[in-house]
Amino acid sequence: MDGHIPVHLNVNGQAHALSLDPRTTLLDCLRERLGLTGTKKGCDQGACGACTVLLGGERVNSCLVPAVQCDGMEVVTIEAMAGHGLGAKVQEAFLTHDGFQCGYCTSGQICSIVAMLGEHRDGRPSAVTEDLTGPVALTDAEIRERMAGNLCRCGAYNGIVAAVKEVAAG
Amino acid sequence: MREFGYVRAATVAEAIGLAAEGPVAYLAGGTNLVDLMREEVERPRRVVDISRLPLSAVEDLPDGGLRLGALARNAHVAADDRVRRRYPVLARALLRGASPQLRNRATVGGNLLQRTRCRYFYDLGAACNKRAPGTGCEAIGGFDRGHAILGASESCVAVHPSDMCVALAALDATVNLTGPEGDRSVPVSDLHLLPGDTPQVETVLRSGELVTSVDLPPWPPARGAYVKVRDRASYAFALVSVAVLVQVHEGTITLARIALGGVAPKPWRAYAAEELLTGAAADERTFGAAAEEAVVGARPLRHNGFKAELARRLIRRTLVKLS
Repeated sequence: MDGHIPVHLNVNGQAHALSLDPRTTLLDCLRERLGLTGTKKGCDQGACGACTVLLGGERVNSCLVPAVQCDGMEVVTIEAMAGHGLGAKVQEAFLTHDGFQCGYCTSGQICSIVAMLGEHRDGRPSAVTEDLTGPVALTDAEIRERMAGNLCRCGAYNGIVAAVKEVAAG
Repeated sequence: MREFGYVRAATVAEAIGLAAEGPVAYLAGGTNLVDLMREEVERPRRVVDISRLPLSAVEDLPDGGLRLGALARNAHVAADDRVRRRYPVLARALLRGASPQLRNRATVGGNLLQRTRCRYFYDLGAACNKRAPGTGCEAIGGFDRGHAILGASESCVAVHPSDMCVALAALDATVNLTGPEGDRSVPVSDLHLLPGDTPQVETVLRSGELVTSVDLPPWPPARGAYVKVRDRASYAFALVSVAVLVQVHEGTITLARIALGGVAPKPWRAYAAEELLTGAAADERTFGAAAEEAVVGARPLRHNGFKAELARRLIRRTLVKLS
């Protein structure tokens, strides 16, 4: 098609060969082209985090990433989390601790938490970390700061923090 | 979003060559450009994707400084051991900007060249000299609480929203550019222009020029801090932020640098305040005088008069804490 760009994506372990208008975001590609509607469109401007997925292993706002930029890359979405050891644990902890109410932000929260726990394991500091070079304990303040990119308008934040703490404690 | 042609550049030379053929928008992390294109504030006919150019390394410089590749992600720069150990002010500024998801995409070059978040700039129905030169400025006399108190003009009162740039200004960083006419370097404090009567011209970049890296000089003998005040505890732009470097020797200030964010159309170095501090006694009186000096000439708008007082208090408090 005119102006369309060939794009190869590996989504949740499955390869897709697509031809996309360069205006297509990764979010719209996942939802509209691949039928993976677990990833939600909230603000569509990078402000709410509902569209969070893992791109090349890192959490991103899929609403701000043109899908053509992801050519040849690996994408992991909420649909893969039940079969992902850590993802499944986070989902269980959300049920235990009431980490959601309406559920619209939940898929983004869970993808974000999985990546956040990896960042913490890698020793990355956050804006509330006192010592930039030492080990960081995953306190409530650290969890809240590291999850600041995922809004929950129902206000399930206390449950989300409790869920993260349970998973992080192993 | 308007239609555009998309080309992925494999080399810097190819990107520059494409830009030499006609106007293009360089696309890196996309966290600002994609949003602006969706809102149709930016309507490039051609987009050159530079995200795969080999410009993402963070490298030691022979003089003890550090070179940040233009495509290094904000998250990676903040997590880099050398940045954390040698340039904590920069690490802290980066970590106070945006959200983890955005920092994973946003690049050094994109952060430098990001556009204002003035709501009138984003609103196609509003008059805005930056977006549509000659139409006026609805921010003046409008909801101007987040706007500039320093360096603004009758044409535009928008602020530069970056945290990273405030730290870079205090560090005396240098921005390296390449373009159709060759390579050059500019001090980061000279990269952004004040609006005057051409607020649509925001930097000294020439047509087709590309940021390739930012050089940090060796950390000077000083203590430093980055302090940011915003409407919520995280994930918000600065109302006022300040990067301070200060060194005190036997009660005398031997080095002082102050850069402000959230108050001006560019990262704002308070040179006169630095001069007042250097060589003076490190006491509360000096700090108070420097804080006053930093916002001399401030022109508050209807709703943002608090910014001058906030800036004074932040500077004074940070100087006390560091000395």
